Amino acid sequence: MIESTRRSWWLPGAGLLLAVAFLFGAMIGPAGPDWWRVPLELLDRLPFVSIDSGVSPLESSVLWEIRMPRVVLAALVGSMLSLAGASYQGVFRNPLVDPYLLGVAAGAGLGATLVIVVNRTATESWPIDPLPLAAFIGGLLAVLLTYLVGAAFGAARVSATLVLAGVAVTSLATAIQTFILQRNSEVVRQVYSWILGRLSTATWSDVRLVLPYVIVSSGVLLAHRRLLDVMRIGDDEAQSLGARVDRIRLTVVVAATLGTSAVVSVSGLIGFVGIMVPHLVRFLAGASYRRLLPLTVMVGATFLIVADVPGRILSDPAETPIGVVTAFLGAPFFIIVLRSRQGALR
Amino acid sequence: MRKLMTRRLLVGAFSLFALAACGGGDSSSDNGTTSIDSAAPSSEPMPTAEIPQRIVSLSPTHTEMLFALDAAEQVVAVDSLSNYPPEAAAVLTDLSAFEPNVEAIAEYEPDLVIIADDSMGIKAQLEAIDIPVWIGLPPASLDDVYAQIDELAAAIGRTEEAKAVVGLMRSAVETILVQAPMLDEPLTYYHELDDTYYSVTSNTFVGSLYESFGLRNIADASEGTSDYPQLSAEFIVSQNPDLVFLADTKCCGVTPEAVAARPGWEGLSAVLNGNVIAMDDDLASRWGPRIVDYLYAIGEAIAGAVG
Repeated sequence: MIESTRRSWWLPGAGLLLAVAFLFGAMIGPAGPDWWRVPLELLDRLPFVSIDSGVSPLESSVLWEIRMPRVVLAALVGSMLSLAGASYQGVFRNPLVDPYLLGVAAGAGLGATLVIVVNRTATESWPIDPLPLAAFIGGLLAVLLTYLVGAAFGAARVSATLVLAGVAVTSLATAIQTFILQRNSEVVRQVYSWILGRLSTATWSDVRLVLPYVIVSSGVLLAHRRLLDVMRIGDDEAQSLGARVDRIRLTVVVAATLGTSAVVSVSGLIGFVGIMVPHLVRFLAGASYRRLLPLTVMVGATFLIVADVPGRILSDPAETPIGVVTAFLGAPFFIIVLRSRQGALR
Repeated sequence: MRKLMTRRLLVGAFSLFALAACGGGDSSSDNGTTSIDSAAPSSEPMPTAEIPQRIVSLSPTHTEMLFALDAAEQVVAVDSLSNYPPEAAAVLTDLSAFEPNVEAIAEYEPDLVIIADDSMGIKAQLEAIDIPVWIGLPPASLDDVYAQIDELAAAIGRTEEAKAVVGLMRSAVETILVQAPMLDEPLTYYHELDDTYYSVTSNTFVGSLYESFGLRNIADASEGTSDYPQLSAEFIVSQNPDLVFLADTKCCGVTPEAVAARPGWEGLSAVLNGNVIAMDDDLASRWGPRIVDYLYAIGEAIAGAVG
């Protein structure tokens, strides 16, 4: 009884933490308004509230046009990668799986590289930026290829074959990307800066671009949280309980891939989040997917918002790549959690 | 008025330059400005005694220098990025300057290979098969550029042409700097390398060019971390630079209109006053004779900003 009361606090707790992180992320940056004016400015934007925040027009545009989309995009990317990671880990029953497993990252990287090499000056008149589009399509195609290979050769043991096919497709896409880069070395820095993560150039249109995918994908994944609990006992056992294992796996993989491809297409490759956050939540709140998935969404968003702050101010006015920060912040923290929970796991 | 004058003077300088480049060793046109300065050599010493007749250039900058030195008939191949001057197209190959392949280079039976850096260790490989290599490292200043042109000319037997080229460059640069408007308050600028806001500090060669006009670089605030920092958008906008130079028009298709359309950038004074200037990426990243054109473009931008 006491246990369940304590557990019911996890979700509001995580929500509160996310709100604090959001405010923190909005307040801190290399330029823009004084940090204490930011909450006033935010309140001022609420309907029926009018506060003189003393923020100049320039500061206001830094806050609303540059910093806020970045914070919101970090939240979306962090929650999507974490949720997709947790879902993949569920359907493959493999704790080492991350959202890039089935080739999304390598496919998106290949797509982005192709556009950067080919487009050069041609994109000005395009109605949309071809870079995220190509990354999105590249990611989806890579996973589709993985799935076709896995399904063709692994009828009996779909999940293991799928993971192996993912490894092969990733290697293939990476090899092609490397070959193209060798032939076009002048674009190495651009490709590299895309790979390291592009939160630094986030705009509201990026947010608008990914939001529908994140909502649909998250909705589908969250709706499957009870079925993922059933899947934990094993394919055959779940089947005998009436779960349509292959169908569940396909749905979850498609949803997670769609969401991951969408966020990767605007943010580049931000590693470690999708594997670290789900495990962190598991250690803190238990392994049931019913609780794990909603918590993962909140904690993932919180983590990436917070991780992006040092990226902005560490080498002010220069940027530190977000991918570096996530690993740098996340790894030691993760090790500490692992260590402190070791006793409880035994 | 001043602008007109500058233009006329420069047109004069450039036509002389073109004459020197095409006509060869007409040493009467070198204005007597041939004193070789004592700038630290930015290149390795010349490797051969004989005048090379089968040169392979793996550096777009040095391809431009070779053609300006009227050495076209000595060049048998240039790398895939050597897109200037137009005459270089005749010897354009798919040789890579970044990932040089010794066997592919050796096919051209060169008696001199020119590279701009040796990070791939190509020099040792080429010298192992008795092909001499000349390295022209990126310069730190205009004086380094002049010295490097002289050294290259000495290596290929074109010292007379070098006198003319360097002399013309010096006088053109002098004219451009003299004609540039005097600034009461130093104007600030942001030099954009790509659309993720990579920039340069004044420690770089291109940064030194802006510095010679007395411009103040907003990226210098990040000195000590990197000379090619990735600036944060918040910082650029809040610095509100007077001038924005886009050295990413070719690489990334950025235009002044695209900059004006960036969220949060529409209120920048450079955007409002039309001082976002599309530059030529190639000129900004090379250090051949056309660096004069780059300086001219900077001067024009400043004149536009104060006039």
